[in-house]
This record gives sequence, structure tokens and C-alpha cells, in this order.
Amino acid sequence: MNTVLQARGLGKKYGRKWALSDCTLDVPAGRVVGLVGPNGAGKSTFLNLAVGMITPYAGTVEVLGESPTSRSAPRSRVGYVGQDTPTYARLSVADHLRLGAHLNPAWDADLAAGRIARLGLDPDQRAGRLSGGQRAQLALTLGIAKRPELLLLDEPVSALDPLARREFLQDLMEAVADQQLSVVLSSHLVSDVERACDFLIVLVDSRVQVAGDIEELLATHHRLTGPRRDPATLPADQHVVTASHTDRQSTYVVRTDAPTLDPAWAVSNLGLEDLVLAYMSRPPTVRDSRPALQVLR
Amino acid sequence: MIEFHLDGRSGVSPYLQLVQQVRRALRLGLLSEGDQLPTVKDAVSELAINPNTVLKAYRELEHEGLVAARPGVGTFVTRTLTNNTLAAHGPLRQSLEQWLARARRAGLDDESIEALFLSTFRATVSRETA
Amino acid sequence: MIWLAWRQFRLSALAVLGTLAVFAAALAISGPQLAELFRESQASFFELLEFDDFKKAVFVVGTALVYAVPAVVGVFWGAPLVAREFEAGTHRLVWTQSVTRTHWLGTKLGMAAIAALAAGLLGLLLTWWSGAIDDAIAAGYSSDTLMGMPRITPVLFGARGFLPAGLTLLALAIGVTASLVIRRSVVAMATTLVVMVGVQVSLAVLVQPNLLEPRVELQSFSLETLDGDMAGGPAAVVATFKQIDVKLDQPGAWMLSQTTVDASGSAVDEFPSWTSDCVGQRDAMAGCMARLTTEGYRQRVSYLPASDFWTLQLVETGIVLGLAAGLTGFCFWRIRRDLT
Repeated sequence: MNTVLQARGLGKKYGRKWALSDCTLDVPAGRVVGLVGPNGAGKSTFLNLAVGMITPYAGTVEVLGESPTSRSAPRSRVGYVGQDTPTYARLSVADHLRLGAHLNPAWDADLAAGRIARLGLDPDQRAGRLSGGQRAQLALTLGIAKRPELLLLDEPVSALDPLARREFLQDLMEAVADQQLSVVLSSHLVSDVERACDFLIVLVDSRVQVAGDIEELLATHHRLTGPRRDPATLPADQHVVTASHTDRQSTYVVRTDAPTLDPAWAVSNLGLEDLVLAYMSRPPTVRDSRPALQVLR
Repeated sequence: MIEFHLDGRSGVSPYLQLVQQVRRALRLGLLSEGDQLPTVKDAVSELAINPNTVLKAYRELEHEGLVAARPGVGTFVTRTLTNNTLAAHGPLRQSLEQWLARARRAGLDDESIEALFLSTFRATVSRETA
Repeated sequence: MIWLAWRQFRLSALAVLGTLAVFAAALAISGPQLAELFRESQASFFELLEFDDFKKAVFVVGTALVYAVPAVVGVFWGAPLVAREFEAGTHRLVWTQSVTRTHWLGTKLGMAAIAALAAGLLGLLLTWWSGAIDDAIAAGYSSDTLMGMPRITPVLFGARGFLPAGLTLLALAIGVTASLVIRRSVVAMATTLVVMVGVQVSLAVLVQPNLLEPRVELQSFSLETLDGDMAGGPAAVVATFKQIDVKLDQPGAWMLSQTTVDASGSAVDEFPSWTSDCVGQRDAMAGCMARLTTEGYRQRVSYLPASDFWTLQLVETGIVLGLAAGLTGFCFWRIRRDLT
């Protein structure tokens, strides 16, 4: 299995606050990874570390086999679209494409020009005069036409209206299909993640809560509902993610590989949003003491 | 050529929805032998979904013997499901009509009947896949 | 990268260089005319120059411009170089293409440095233009106006030779450093301006007098070289001289300091009482001066001769370029560290 991003104990500290701590995961190639978590959880920090904007305080990160800040880092094979999709306000659309051509050895000019034409962007229009959605599409064009192996996107669609968001994702997915691109996309919209992603990383409070193949995660997480019961009485191979009780009833979200045979429990599957919410709503003491679960294919 | 759509709220996984939509199209005669399914690229750029989802759906259909992939060209229908047209299930239709009559006599209106049917159907499906 | 660097730089570069080019043309045209004037008028050169408003304007504006160029370059080319990218967030775009940050900075800074050098060489052009004036001063003709000052004196030194080019490069380095550290354009621009003015003033006032070993001469007193005097003494007694200032009889030199010394060479606290006859008496002054000289009094003058001009230029420019190099090294080190 080809690993496109590998982190071992990765951490970043600013002053006394940890922006990201103890992050260990392997991202396989050819996936669209959804990086999910509340604001301030460390998603931007993670992506900045992956693209080499900042250096780790602790641990290591390797992208395409190299440290992103080393001299031999494969800069031309990693693309990045930053938060708020920055563009040069006073440069035209065509100028941005020239920028891409001059600064990237593997630039695909036809692909870029084709995209711009299909999007209906005026090449002579200054980037500052474009709408938010158009700017995001321009930034995406720059990221895609570079022909990278891995594309990192830091909440590129958060500030966009639903139509612009949909169009952005459509174009991104088309590029994934076309170029066999690996993508890491950070978002706080689980619905987008559900459509587009097949690998999930949940970050809460600077820590990885869960990381793995979405299909496998959905297959191994269940909601158990039944009469009120102490969690210690559950079978040993069932890891409790969340628990809630009323005076009569207990509801657990568990992760398990084995089927639940106890007839007292009503077992149902979780949707992705419920799964993410379960991991996000764990109380801090539980969150930080449990090691992150990594599901490997 | 058929067009896919995705219902984000249906609780059914995306790839399964695609499989079901192809099967329904085959059953209703919208797709016949030799017709091409949407390319992965087209499906993906229409729906903004992961290409692997489409690939998985097509593989599943291929496994069921309904379609075949021709590398470099596309995915084509090899078998239709018109043998299993709704007309062939007369007894099932009759018992359904009887059930509907009983539901009416019990005082259920149209919406309640539909809700009862759907919730029972869904619960059965999830029990089968659990 | 060169394309991008020029695309971002071209407006600012052409604005500054264009203005300077216009002025350079004015210098190029009037320079030979000035030389012609000196060849023909010799001793009456400065008198005639008083009537030439155009040349006087060229001189004053030129000197002011050359003094201003470093700060302008530092503020408008250096300070926004990195800060503007941070403010717009575009560093997240341009640093994640395929070039390294070092390559990015090197190209942008290199391009600006070449332009800065061109701008600073206006000082050399001004030196060429002023050649006639410097020749006149060397020949002993003098004038008390700004135009008649020797080029080695602090007032004019910073606008001559290649020191302006060095200062321009230093200003660029200061601007880029401020840009990297402060990360906000306007604050970086203001800081660069303040620092550069401080640097130029400190160089002229504090550094320049101490760079080369001055020459010391014991000059005799005469009416021609008397520059001024100050009288004083106890009120009850008739006033004697307190201090005498002389003009250096070295054309084109820069006087650093002067004191009156007696025959044994020690500094004079009190002038002899007979000098009270000369205080305020212009007719008797020549006699007093002669008598001071006969009695062994001399004016000990410390100065730098006109011939030290290029040596002083070399040393001062060397210091300035050393500072610029140090700051540039810091910038290249800093750009490789965390910068979000």
C-alpha cells in the first residue's frame, strides 16, 4: 500500500498552547480524505505542516516520502489551496495562469486554459473583481493544473454559497477521476465529506479522534439501544465511543468488529454525520485519554 | 443515457443508491442491452461524489452480471431485468392490495400508510445488512 | 519566477527610475555647459554661477534627490516586498507552487537590488556633473554658498561618489528586514524611513569624522585666514580674545577641529593681554595677527584633505555594504523559518 502522507507523534505548539498534538496516521494514496473537526481543532495546523509552511514542534511528518521542509521536498508534486483561497487582487486571471506556468515545472497549460474557458472566466479580469466562487475556482485551477500527486485544501468552500460550493466539488472530483489525484480536504460540513470522501480524519482539540476508511468505519460502528445498563457489562471487544442514559434506557455508540448477539440491544447503523458527532461530542477527559483509533485496510 | 442523483438524507450509502438506480432503470426499460452507463468522470462531475463510489457501484453491477466494463471505452449493459417486470409478480401485487384495504379499514390515511410501509421497510433493510 | 518578480515590481520600479532618469538627463545636458563655464571664467566662476538659476536648481535638487533616493527605495521597494504578501495572504499561494522560499526571496530581492544600484549611481553622475565645481575649489577659488562647499564635507559627501549606491542597497536591506519582521506594509514603511534617516544622519555626524586619520597642521595667523573671533574676559578688565577661528589654507579640505596653541604646543586658555588692543578694531587686526605669529602662537588644525575623498568613500561604503550584507543574510535565514 502506497502511503501518501505519514505522521508520527506530530505536534505543534505555539507558546504554551498545543495546536496539534500526538498525531499519528497513515493516509493511503488515491483517496479523498475528509479532515473534519470544529474550528480551532488543528485542521489548518495539520495542513500547514503537511505543505511545509511550518515546522513540527514534535514528531515527524512525511509527504510522498519526504519531509515537506527539506530541500529535496517534492514541491512540484504537492498542491495546496489555502483558506480563503488567496489570489493576487491586481493580477488578471491570465496572469495567474502565467504565474503557474513560470513557477511549476509540470504545468499543464491546456488543462488550465480549458478549465478557465469552461468556467466562463474572463482571462483579462482582475482577480480582485471576481466573486468568491470564481476566485476559489481560480485557486483550484492553479492547484490542479500543476498536476500534483497530492492536493491539500484548507476549507476552500466554507465561505461559498451552496451553488459555488457544489460546482467547486464537482470540478475537484472530476480532477480526482481524471488524474488519479490524492486529496486531503478539510471541512466542517459533513455532508460534503459524505459525498466526496472515502477516508476520514476527525480532529478535536488538537488531537486525532479517529482516522480510517469511511466504509470500514461505518461498518464497524453501531448504535446500541437497550435497558439501562452499566458500560462495564458490555462485551470486551466493544469499544464505547459515547454513552448516554435516561433513567430507563442506555444508548451507546460502540466500535466493534464482531456482531452484537445480545437480543436485549437494538442495533442500528450510524450515518457519517452521527459518527463524526459521536467522536466530537466526547467529554475532554475521555477524548484525551483514549488513544486515537486507526483503521487500516 | 441515464442521469444519477443522490439523496443525502435517505440513509442509504451513495454507492448503493447508484446500484439501485441502475437496477430500476433496467427494470423500467430505460436501459437496454448495449447501452452505455455514464462514465465515471461524467457521474463524478455531475454529482460531486468520489470516483471510487462510482467504480464500486459499477463493480457491484458487474458482479451481478448486469454490466460489463470495456477498458478505455466505458461500462455497458449486458443484461436487462425486464424478466422481473412488475407484471410477473401477480400474487405479490394481490396480497399487497389486500393489505392496503385492511390498512384503510383500520382508519389509516394515505400518509400514514406510506409512513408505516417505509419505516417497516427501512427497519427490515437495516436488520438485513447489520 | 523572474516573470512574476518583474510583474509585481514593474510599476514601482518605473515610477522611481523614470523620475530619476528625467533628472539624469538634466544632469547630462547641463554638465558639459558647466565645464565650459569654468574653462572660460576661471577666477570669476562662482560669481557667474550665482546668476545661473538653472544650474543652481539642478545642483540643489540633485543633491536633495540623491540624499532621498535610499529612503525612497527602502520604503517603496523594500518594505512592501514581503509584508504585502502577508497582508493579502498570497504567501500561501506563491510559496506553495514549486519554488522554494529562498529562490522566491532571492529573485525578488536580486531584481530590486539591481534597480537600487542603478538608482544609487545617480550619485556618481552628480559627482561627474560637479567636476567643474570641484576643480574650481581645488584651484583655490571659493564661494560661501552651498555650491562652493568641498565635496568631502559631510553636507555634500553623502550625495557623491558611490556612497549613495551603497546607502540605497542598505536601505533596501533594511526595508526587506522590516518587511519580514513586522509583516505589515505601512508600519514597515514608516520604520524603514525612520531608521534610514537615522542611519544617514549618524553616518554624517558620528561615523564620518572618525574613519580616517586626520592630518594635523600648525597654521600661522594672518588676516586672510582669519575666520572669526570671540572676545571675553572679566567685566572689570578690558576684553581679550577668547577664541579665534581660522580658515584652512587647504583648498577642498574638510576641517574637523581647530585650537589655538602657544609656542610650546599646549592649548591656549588665555590670550595675552595686549590682544585687547585688537578686539573689535579691524585696522589693528593685521598687526595682531602678525604679532601672534611672531610670538609663536599657531592654530592647530585637524583636517582631511581633498585627496582623501575616494578613500573615505571606499571605507564608508564598505561599512554600509557590510551592514547591508548582514541584514540580507538575516533575511534569508528568517524566510526559511516558520511563517504562516
